[in-house]
Amino acid sequence: MGVLYRAHVLVCGGAGCVSSGCRAVQEALKSELAKQGLDKEIKVVETGCMGSCDLGPVMVVYPEGVFYRKVRPEDARDIVQEHLLKGRPVERLLYHTSQREIIQQMEDIDFFAKQRKVVLRNCGIIDPEDITEYIARDGYEALARVLTEMTPEEVIDVVKKSGLRGRGGAGFPTGLKWEFCAKATGRPKYVVCNADEGDPGAFMDRSVLEGDPHSVIEAMAIAGRAIGSNQGFVYVRAEYPLAIQRLKHAIAQAYDYGLLGKDIFGTGFDFDLEIRVGAGAFVCGEETALLASIEGKRGMPRPRPPFPANEGLWGKPTLINNVETYANIPPIILNGWEWFAGIGTEKSKGTKVFALAGKIANTGLVEVPMGTTLREIVYDIGGGILGGKKFKAAQTGGPSGGCIPAEHLDTPMEYDTLVKLGAMMGSGGLIVMDEGTCMVDIAKFFLQFTQDESCGKCIPCREGTRAMLDILTRITEGRGREGDIELLEHLGTTIKDTALCGLGQTAPNPVLSTIRYFRHEYEAHIREKRCPAGVCAALVHYEILQDKCKRCGLCRRSCPVDAIEETTEAELVAAGVGAAGADMQAAGASQGAISQPASSPKRKPLFINQERCIKCGVCMRECRFQAINRC
Amino acid sequence: MRSLAELEQLKRHAQKELGVRGIGGYCRATFIVHMGTDGIAAGAREVLLAILDELKRLGIHDCRVTQTDVTGFGMKPPVVDVVTPGHRVETYTGVSPEGVRKIVAESLVESRVAAV
Repeated sequence: MGVLYRAHVLVCGGAGCVSSGCRAVQEALKSELAKQGLDKEIKVVETGCMGSCDLGPVMVVYPEGVFYRKVRPEDARDIVQEHLLKGRPVERLLYHTSQREIIQQMEDIDFFAKQRKVVLRNCGIIDPEDITEYIARDGYEALARVLTEMTPEEVIDVVKKSGLRGRGGAGFPTGLKWEFCAKATGRPKYVVCNADEGDPGAFMDRSVLEGDPHSVIEAMAIAGRAIGSNQGFVYVRAEYPLAIQRLKHAIAQAYDYGLLGKDIFGTGFDFDLEIRVGAGAFVCGEETALLASIEGKRGMPRPRPPFPANEGLWGKPTLINNVETYANIPPIILNGWEWFAGIGTEKSKGTKVFALAGKIANTGLVEVPMGTTLREIVYDIGGGILGGKKFKAAQTGGPSGGCIPAEHLDTPMEYDTLVKLGAMMGSGGLIVMDEGTCMVDIAKFFLQFTQDESCGKCIPCREGTRAMLDILTRITEGRGREGDIELLEHLGTTIKDTALCGLGQTAPNPVLSTIRYFRHEYEAHIREKRCPAGVCAALVHYEILQDKCKRCGLCRRSCPVDAIEETTEAELVAAGVGAAGADMQAAGASQGAISQPASSPKRKPLFINQERCIKCGVCMRECRFQAINRC
Repeated sequence: MRSLAELEQLKRHAQKELGVRGIGGYCRATFIVHMGTDGIAAGAREVLLAILDELKRLGIHDCRVTQTDVTGFGMKPPVVDVVTPGHRVETYTGVSPEGVRKIVAESLVESRVAAV
């Protein structure tokens, strides 16, 4: 029997916290514990992502469940000496709400309390590198039951009845896919896990692999049994080194414990699992391109049918599911399909993980039941918009999805309603935009991404997206023409209808959906040569508000191109700029010394030479008196 | 892994470890050691270690040992609260490391208030 630890310190080791320095914190904590002689009483555990990435590095101290955020290595001393030695939580590291209220317990923080975790059930709670912790959380029990008590048909039946749909994007019913694959006649068959998470901003698959790799391994073995396959491949992108490392470790442990390999649970069922590392091309998230890449060929899609369920890897029947889909399988087997079907909405069952990003107070990973409204996600869990600004739209589904404007904030987040709004569930990226976001610019950003990532095999995607991007660029640079919007719509719908694979078929979505909801912004760019959000550099200009300007010269000194010049009052009046300022000065002068204009009369007024200005915005940032306006 | 039984056994064993995190198990009792300055001066830390030692000796894993900085008014330190399910709290004052053995044994094994 091992040592009994009276406390566990769980340090988040998700990639987000790793980049904010959790490793150094962990080292400091361990050395401080050793110094105080507490290393035999207190265990430090590195877990997967806890979800609250903007608060990182985060940690939780059990048994009290005290949550610390933004911990620096130098805080380790206080945590050990005050909290762990004397039982006094370190107040300055606790979570504060926007009302400055201090919350000690993780479960009392809205961000965590309002979630429902199925996929992320173990992330941030167990040590992903210790298989026994996964087993303690009912791990591999589902596999044991599948192998010893259920027939493959029963397994498929449970998955079908649960109503689980693919979490990778399209939302195809998982049970149906399993059934097709089970019925396919070719041998051998393969089980593949698509962990090529490519949407910018989405990182739920990475978090599952980093925080709970065994859940994917177990589910793949279950799938293998269900369809009659003995070989699995996990396709992960090379940009996820930590996920690869933890998955490798987990696979090795599973082999050690006899949960992979030959004769699992003494039932004669064999299952082998290998990792295939991809180079990170977006198109390799498309299933046929992914299979080509596993085979060692260039990652390019091919027409379907034949579907991979019949002709996949090396022409053999292949089951492909996404990481998040697999992570749902063990709980469905253990708790029954009725339990899973009881979560969510009529057509979208279970939960969905969303990656919150953009102009939102709490960024990170959240899991909620399907059908939760966008408003609940953005305001109740996400804590609302940064800086008290107004919500403008949310982009779901990354570069393949579309935007949901403010009037649809109460839309339930489920597959079919999102499609009706011109967006899609996609992998669950949720980028929140505030009133300072230009929708034309954002559409251009996403199209730029898909254009770069287009594999070039089919013409609609290769040439069509380029043509669309050229038009968008033209519009944002103030060279938009009448008819451009209609042309974009025409091109977009044509590409959707004719492109070979999902990448091309969805690439126009961001453009089409922003035109649908924010057509007036496109029109303002084209007709008035104006960017309403003040983002498109070519369409904005900066000017000095003479009535607020103190003539301190700070802007003039900071301007990188010397575009801010001195002038005279007379010139100002003649130019018609800042006439109001001049009037005020005149008025001030007549009222005596006390109400003299704030600006020094000895200094000359300043103005921005528009020809020289490069619109970098430095002057606006530097000005202490809000005397520079962008319009 | 040969059988379901083997997995079950491994699971029960592993759950003992995770009880501290409030997951995967039932908590028989929580020992709260008061770590105010008076408590520390009177040897609360030794009492805490004695509790851990005793639990380990008895092979008891479904208990939690925590600390608090709140001291009871006018109670003779070191103070230990024993909280059992149903929120019954027994407060022991002037606990010595030797007395811990009796408290642990009687509150857990015999489920009664220890006379120390």
